[in-house]
Amino acid sequence: MSKLLGILGWGAVAVVGALAVGAIAVHRGEPINALWLVVAATCCYALGYRFYSKFIAVKILALDGLRATPAERLENGRDFLVTNKWVVFGHHFAAIAGPGPLVGPVLAAQFGYLPGTMWVLAGAVFAGCVQDFVILLFSVRRDGKSLTEMAKDEIGRVGGFVAYVAVIAILIILLGVAALIVVNALKSSPWGTFTIAMTMPIAVLMGVYLRRIRPGKVLEVSGLGFVLVLAAIWGGQYVSQSPGLARVFTFSAPTLAILIMVYGFAASALPVWLLLAPRDYLSTFVKLGTIALLAVGIVVLHPTLHMPALTRFVDGTGPVFAGKIFPFAFITIACGAISGFHALISSGTTPKLVARETETRMVGYGAMMCESAVAVMAIIAACVMQPGVYFAINSPAGVVGQAPAAAAATISSWGFPVTAADMQALAHAVGEQTLYNRTGGAPAFAVGMAHIFSHSLGGDTLMALWYHFAIMFEALFILTILDAGTRVARFMVQDALGHVCKPLGQTSWYPSILGTSALIVGAWGYFLWQGVKDPLGGINSLWPLFGISNQLLATVALCVATTIIIKMHRAKYAAVTLVPLAWLVAVTFTASWHKMFDPEPRVGFLAAARALAAGPATGATGRLIFNNRLDAVVTGLLVVMVTLVLVESGRQWWGILRGTREAPVKEAPFVRTRLVEELVVEERG
Amino acid sequence: MRRIISGWRILVAMLREIFDEAAYARFLNRAGVASSSAAYAAFRREFEEVKVRRPKCC
Repeated sequence: MSKLLGILGWGAVAVVGALAVGAIAVHRGEPINALWLVVAATCCYALGYRFYSKFIAVKILALDGLRATPAERLENGRDFLVTNKWVVFGHHFAAIAGPGPLVGPVLAAQFGYLPGTMWVLAGAVFAGCVQDFVILLFSVRRDGKSLTEMAKDEIGRVGGFVAYVAVIAILIILLGVAALIVVNALKSSPWGTFTIAMTMPIAVLMGVYLRRIRPGKVLEVSGLGFVLVLAAIWGGQYVSQSPGLARVFTFSAPTLAILIMVYGFAASALPVWLLLAPRDYLSTFVKLGTIALLAVGIVVLHPTLHMPALTRFVDGTGPVFAGKIFPFAFITIACGAISGFHALISSGTTPKLVARETETRMVGYGAMMCESAVAVMAIIAACVMQPGVYFAINSPAGVVGQAPAAAAATISSWGFPVTAADMQALAHAVGEQTLYNRTGGAPAFAVGMAHIFSHSLGGDTLMALWYHFAIMFEALFILTILDAGTRVARFMVQDALGHVCKPLGQTSWYPSILGTSALIVGAWGYFLWQGVKDPLGGINSLWPLFGISNQLLATVALCVATTIIIKMHRAKYAAVTLVPLAWLVAVTFTASWHKMFDPEPRVGFLAAARALAAGPATGATGRLIFNNRLDAVVTGLLVVMVTLVLVESGRQWWGILRGTREAPVKEAPFVRTRLVEELVVEERG
Repeated sequence: MRRIISGWRILVAMLREIFDEAAYARFLNRAGVASSSAAYAAFRREFEEVKVRRPKCC
C-alpha cells in the first residue's frame, strides 16, 4: 500500500514538475509568474535527490553505513569530529554559498530567464550536485584528503600540479572580479560606501567584544553587529543627503579600487581575531538570514517576471557581456549549476565532520541543491525588473554611452523601452545619483530584491533601505571573500615557497607574510585595475575568465571522480561523471577558443588588442592592448594545463580498462564503525 | 511538540557550529579551563591555523 502511495506521490511530483518546466519553456509573449520557476525547481530537485542521487549512492558509490569515517577514526576534537548530519549540512552550505550564484544568473539574464533557469536546474541535478557528492565521499574514504592530493594520488603528479595551479588562478581571478563588483556597486554612492565603511569598525568592535568582554559568544555578538549594520544603513541616507558628508564618502572607481587593495592587504596581514573572523561571522549571519528572507519573500509574494523567456541577445551581441548563448551562458552561471570551487570545500572541512558515509548524499548532493535554489532566486530578482531598466543598469558606458538620454535611446532601440526620466526616478527611489552603467550584477540584484520586498513591506518609502540592505549584503560577503581568499592564497604560496626556502614557508614570519600578501594582492589588484579601466566595464572580460577557470577546476574534479569510479570497477556507470565532464570540456574549451581567437573585438581578447592597435592611440591604448594579450595568455595556459590532466586521465582509464595498468584504490582501509550499535538501535526503533 | 523542540535544538547546534561556538566549547572541555579572555585567545591561536586555510566559495 505504501509502495503504491509512493509511486502515486512521486508520479504526481514528476507530472507537476514536467508541467512547470514545460510552461516556462514554451511560454512566450506575456509576463510569467515567478511561482512557475519555484515549482519547476522544487520538483526537479526533489526528483533528482530521491532517484538520481540514490542511484549514485547505491549502484556506484555503494555507501556503507558500517564503515567508520575519518571523523570517527581520527577524531581529535578539532578538525576531525563526529558531527550531526544537519549541522554538517548547514556548515557545508554556509561554506559553498557565496556571491557566485547571485551574480552569475543576474548577468546571464541578458539572454532571458529561460536559458539560465534550464542550465541551473539541469546543471545542478546532473552535474554540480553529483560532483559535490562524489568528491565528498571520495575524500571521506581517503581520510579527508584535498582535491589536489587526490588528483596527485589518482591521476599522477601532473594532476596534482594542475589542480594546485588552477586553484591559485581561480582565487586570483575570482578576487579581482569580486572586488570589481564591489567597486561598481559603490562608485559615486555615498550611502553604500558609508554603510560598507562602517562594517569595518563594527567588525573590529565585535572582535574586541569577543576577545575581552564576552569571550566566545559569537552568535550574540553577530546579532549585535547586525543591529549596528542596520543602524549604519539607516544612517547612510543622512550621509547621502548631507553635501559635506556625501562628498567625503563619494569615490570614483579607481579610488575605490585602490582603497579595496589597501584593505585586502591589511586584512591579510592583520591578526585574524581583530577583523577577519568577526567580519566572517557578521557576513555569514547576514548571508543566511537574507537568503532565507528572500526565499520566503519570493514564495509569499510570487512576483511577475517582466524579462522575456529569450531575448535578441542569444545571438552574442549582448551588452552585459558579449558572446553567444553557447558556450557563454554556461560559463557565466557556474556556482548555481556546477562550480569547481565546491570540490575544494567537499574535500576540505566537510569530509572531516561527516559521521557516516550514508550522510554524504544529503550533505554533498543536498547542499548543492540549496545553492542552486539560491541561483533560481537570483534569476527571479533580475527578471522582475522591466528589461529596459535591467539593461540600463548592467550595460557599460562603452556600449550604450555615458549620457542618460543617449543610453535610454540605445536600450529602447533594442526593443526594451526605458526613458531617462524612469531611470532618474528609480535612482531617486533607491537613494542613488544614477543607476546607469552599474555593471557587475550586484546593483541589478539589489534593485530586483528591493523591488520584491518594497511591494509588500514598506512600499516605495522603504525602497532605498531595501536597496542598500541588498548592496550591503552582497558587498559584505564579497569583502569577506576578498580577505579570506587573499589569506588562503597566501598560505598556498607560502607552502610552496617553503619547499624552496624554509623561512618563506613559515606562516608567522612577518617578512614572508608581507611579501606573499603583497604578491597575492598585487595579482588580483592587477585584474581589478584592468577591470576598472576597461571601457567595456571589465565584467565583459573578467567574468568569462573567472567562469572558464572555475569550470576548468570542475573538469579536474570530474577527471578525479571518473578515474576513481573506473578504479572501483564501476566503469559501466562512469557516464554519471563522464557526461558532465564531456559537457564541461565542450563548454570551457569552446569559450576559451572564443575568448582568445574570436574575430569580434568584444568577444576575443586578441581581436580586441588588434582593434585597439588599429584605432586612435590614447594614453591608455598600450596598457589596454597588453591587458587583452595577457588575458588571452592566461586563458591559453589554463586550457593547456587542463588538457594535460585530461590526457593523463584518459591514459589511466585506457590502461585500466584494457587491463595493462594496475588500478589500486587508494582508500583508507575498512574499519567497522563503533557507531554500529547506535545504528542497530535506530534501525530497530 | 517534541519534533519542534528537536528541530530547534538542531538549528541552534548548526548555528553554534557555523559560528565556532561549538568549537570553543570543545576547546574549553579539552583544555579543562573555564571561558575567559586568555582561554579565548588561546582557542583563536589554535583554531586560526586551521580556520584561515579553509576556502570559502565564490
